[in-house]
Amino acid sequence: MTTIVTENCLRCRFTDCVTVCPVNCFHGDDDMLYIDPEVCIDCSACVPECPVHAIHEGEDIPDNLKHWIEINAERAPSLPVIESKQDPLPTAEARKAELGY
Amino acid sequence: MNTVGTPENLLQVAVVGSGPSGFYAAEALIKSGRAVRVGMFERLASPFGLVRSGVAPDHPKLKQAILVYDKIARSPEFSFFGNINVGKDITLGELRQNYHAVLFTCGAETDRRLGIPGEDLRGSHTATEFVGWYNGHPDYRDRVFDLSHEVAVIIGQGNVAADVCRILAKTADELKHTDISEHALDTLAESKVREIHAIGRRGPAQAKFTSRELREFGELGDCDPFVDPLELTLNPESEAELADKNNVVGAKNVEIFRDFARRTPSKHRRCIFQFLRSPVRLEGTGRLERVVLEHNRLQGAAFQQSARSTGEISTLECGILFRSIGYKGVAVSEVPFDERNGVIINRTGRVLDSDGSVVPGLYCAGWIKRGPTGIIGTNRACSVETVGSLLADLDALATPDPKSGRDGIRALIEQRGLRAVNYDGWLRLDAAEVERGKAKGKPREKFTRLHEMLALLG
Repeated sequence: MTTIVTENCLRCRFTDCVTVCPVNCFHGDDDMLYIDPEVCIDCSACVPECPVHAIHEGEDIPDNLKHWIEINAERAPSLPVIESKQDPLPTAEARKAELGY
Repeated sequence: MNTVGTPENLLQVAVVGSGPSGFYAAEALIKSGRAVRVGMFERLASPFGLVRSGVAPDHPKLKQAILVYDKIARSPEFSFFGNINVGKDITLGELRQNYHAVLFTCGAETDRRLGIPGEDLRGSHTATEFVGWYNGHPDYRDRVFDLSHEVAVIIGQGNVAADVCRILAKTADELKHTDISEHALDTLAESKVREIHAIGRRGPAQAKFTSRELREFGELGDCDPFVDPLELTLNPESEAELADKNNVVGAKNVEIFRDFARRTPSKHRRCIFQFLRSPVRLEGTGRLERVVLEHNRLQGAAFQQSARSTGEISTLECGILFRSIGYKGVAVSEVPFDERNGVIINRTGRVLDSDGSVVPGLYCAGWIKRGPTGIIGTNRACSVETVGSLLADLDALATPDPKSGRDGIRALIEQRGLRAVNYDGWLRLDAAEVERGKAKGKPREKFTRLHEMLALLG
């Protein structure tokens, strides 16, 4: 069972998710956030927080996004933990509208 | 001008309650950049609130949140006072003498009632007590649940109701390597329950289960999930709810219910999900024998639909019933309380009097502030908000002389001969529980009685 951040986070990086993470498992680079699967407890708190539904969990990860499982696992551990909400990227609102949210 | 939150004048905060909201508040204070000391008070000898005594034994991963709390508890700024009841062992006034601020994170200890005749019949129980019982909470250790009847009814369709149903549905084999308490495992191993009804007053599109919890019912060792396909005909407003791109949970849940409706039963137990029914009466001579249900229809716009009685009635013979329609907060003595909603009167975590004015120095976070909603992580944002309010009030909280914090409390504890359990004491209890579990292949065997815990600590 795993919870992952996927492509909708790119060009958004809202970071609403981190405010409800009970275990501080979000890590980030300049482009997007990633979940450290070793720390995540699959509590689902973050899933509804993302304005662009970038987070998917376990059996609900669509096939076309499954490659993000490895990306989250690879990238998260070496990036800084993002503990508190940050400003979204300047392109965030436009991207959100584009995605239909 | 005295600045509080400096090494010469440490910000002293008392946190009452040791569940997630308490720990996230402590974390936010410690990371605030001010020089701060946090004293956490818990009436039980063990910390961690519902993560220890609410999260189901077969959901061990969720309990890993405790690793985060353990780290916070080991901070030099943090002191734990277990087995100390604020209000009984130490008064609120004494806390206020020793700390600049008191932050209540004491959760929602009771439950909402159905408010129907027969609710107190023997055999009518609450999810709160059942969950506490199987999770080894000392307050519920001696509850008795008669599982000698075939039909069990659960009222409510949220994750707590799911936990109750699933624990009743699982076999002893499925439970015996979890941290479920031994007395509960023994009782459940003898259970004659075969039919579990999970009843909700609204429709399948409105069920509050999260999809993961609902899906688990399709993966049980000896229990089939069942839904009558006729109950899956949705009204236009419910279809509209499912079509909303933001309503991911509703759509997934209905998909899962449809899958349940297509299955062929093959196992000894069944868990039957029923919708648009509300209990109006519990009946029986001396004990629960049946529940009378009224049938509902939905009324209102999408996302605002409520259940309205159609007048139609049915009865369901049953031997045990659990209401699982929400926890409810209990008033904290001397603190303004909203009895109807079961929360401390507050705005962004600052305690307010009934006339709306701020009560200086008192704060709240977690379920006692927001009501019993959300999951473990929801409390983090909530506690961060409250601590933000507290830090904004520092000038008003400052006192000319430093507050004694834990030194003052330790003096009181000694004066009164109280047996406080500090964090080191908890770690010894924790290690003992893990050791006790080893022989049984369990992650731990919890202590369920205070005197056992105090005896171990010597």
